[in-house]
Amino acid sequence: MYESMMKVITGYGLISGFAVIGLTMWVSYWISDTFTKGRLHGSAIAILLGLALSYVGGAFTGGSKGVVDIPLLSGIGLLGGAMLRDFAIVATAFGVSVDELKRAGYVGVLALFVGVGSSFIAGVGVAMAFGYTDAVSLTTIGAGAVTYIVGPVTGAAIGASSEVMALSIAAGLIKAILVMVMTPFVAPLIGLNNPRSAVIFGGLMGTSSGVAGGLAATDPKLVPYGCLTAAFYTALGCLLGPSLLFLVMRGLVG
Amino acid sequence: MIIYGVAFLALCTLAGLFVGELLGKWMGIPANVGGVGIAMLLLIGLGSYLGKRGLFTGKSEQGVSFWAAIYIPIVVAMAAQQNVYGAISGGPMAILAGTVAVVLGFALVPVLVRIGNREPAAVVPTKEAG
Repeated sequence: MYESMMKVITGYGLISGFAVIGLTMWVSYWISDTFTKGRLHGSAIAILLGLALSYVGGAFTGGSKGVVDIPLLSGIGLLGGAMLRDFAIVATAFGVSVDELKRAGYVGVLALFVGVGSSFIAGVGVAMAFGYTDAVSLTTIGAGAVTYIVGPVTGAAIGASSEVMALSIAAGLIKAILVMVMTPFVAPLIGLNNPRSAVIFGGLMGTSSGVAGGLAATDPKLVPYGCLTAAFYTALGCLLGPSLLFLVMRGLVG
Repeated sequence: MIIYGVAFLALCTLAGLFVGELLGKWMGIPANVGGVGIAMLLLIGLGSYLGKRGLFTGKSEQGVSFWAAIYIPIVVAMAAQQNVYGAISGGPMAILAGTVAVVLGFALVPVLVRIGNREPAAVVPTKEAG
């Protein structure tokens, strides 16, 4: 009987994913209603639960894909993978106000550059405080603080050690996770409650999974505005990391 | 028909990602340049054009709005497969670097919002970027 059940669950992975995530959503909204009187969104709790479970999954299996490394839950990988994620993000654009986008366009582009720059400086500053002095390592760790894709792309281009690359990926992952976790709590303090601030938020944070999760947990109506600018962030980081930012670092530390 | 909406969404997504890939190749960077963003703009633009001509209505819209509604569960599934364990075992430097970047980002949101608010008032012609 157990064998047959496993066969169905793993063979119909995506369907199992829908069932498991649906159940998680139901539990989360129940927690939200009973313990926080709806003050903390059900979606925020669901994302927190997801992250906590992925920690447990990683700790038990030693894999790098959270709960997906547990065979029983591998279908979640299909459901939350890049393909369906991007498909759903594009769908959220339906019903977006074009006027709001136009009004935020210019400052959105500015936010992208400021976002890549500030994250890079943050990463470089911390790396310096921890005793790194060479331009290659500093640039790679700084790029990792931009996103966990920009880090290894930059590191590979300028010849960083694999240890430094791993650190840069970890820094980017922390960033994505923190954006998901903290955004619903910080949103009221920074005025993140309208399309324009969402466009700016997307450009400043940029980490697409972080922005997607953070805005979903704050207010789903803001998702398309933030994701639209965030879509350009990683590419901008990959463009600037191994070129301009590396040259600046080499000029600064020799 | 609902499938028209789903197919329309699929075509916009594929077209956007394709353009993003081409841009990346053209700029010589190993990343998709704004593919999802371009797809969103396509969906907004084409969607309102078709809507005005009465070609994109009720049932077709449902094909798009279903996927928009399923977005949050997908994001939860995405959260459940982040490498949280790996990130935390990256050690104090990685944690601090990520944290400072996030805190700085949050702090800059109100600053840029203020710049954006001042923007429409200053309609003095400035140099065009690019």
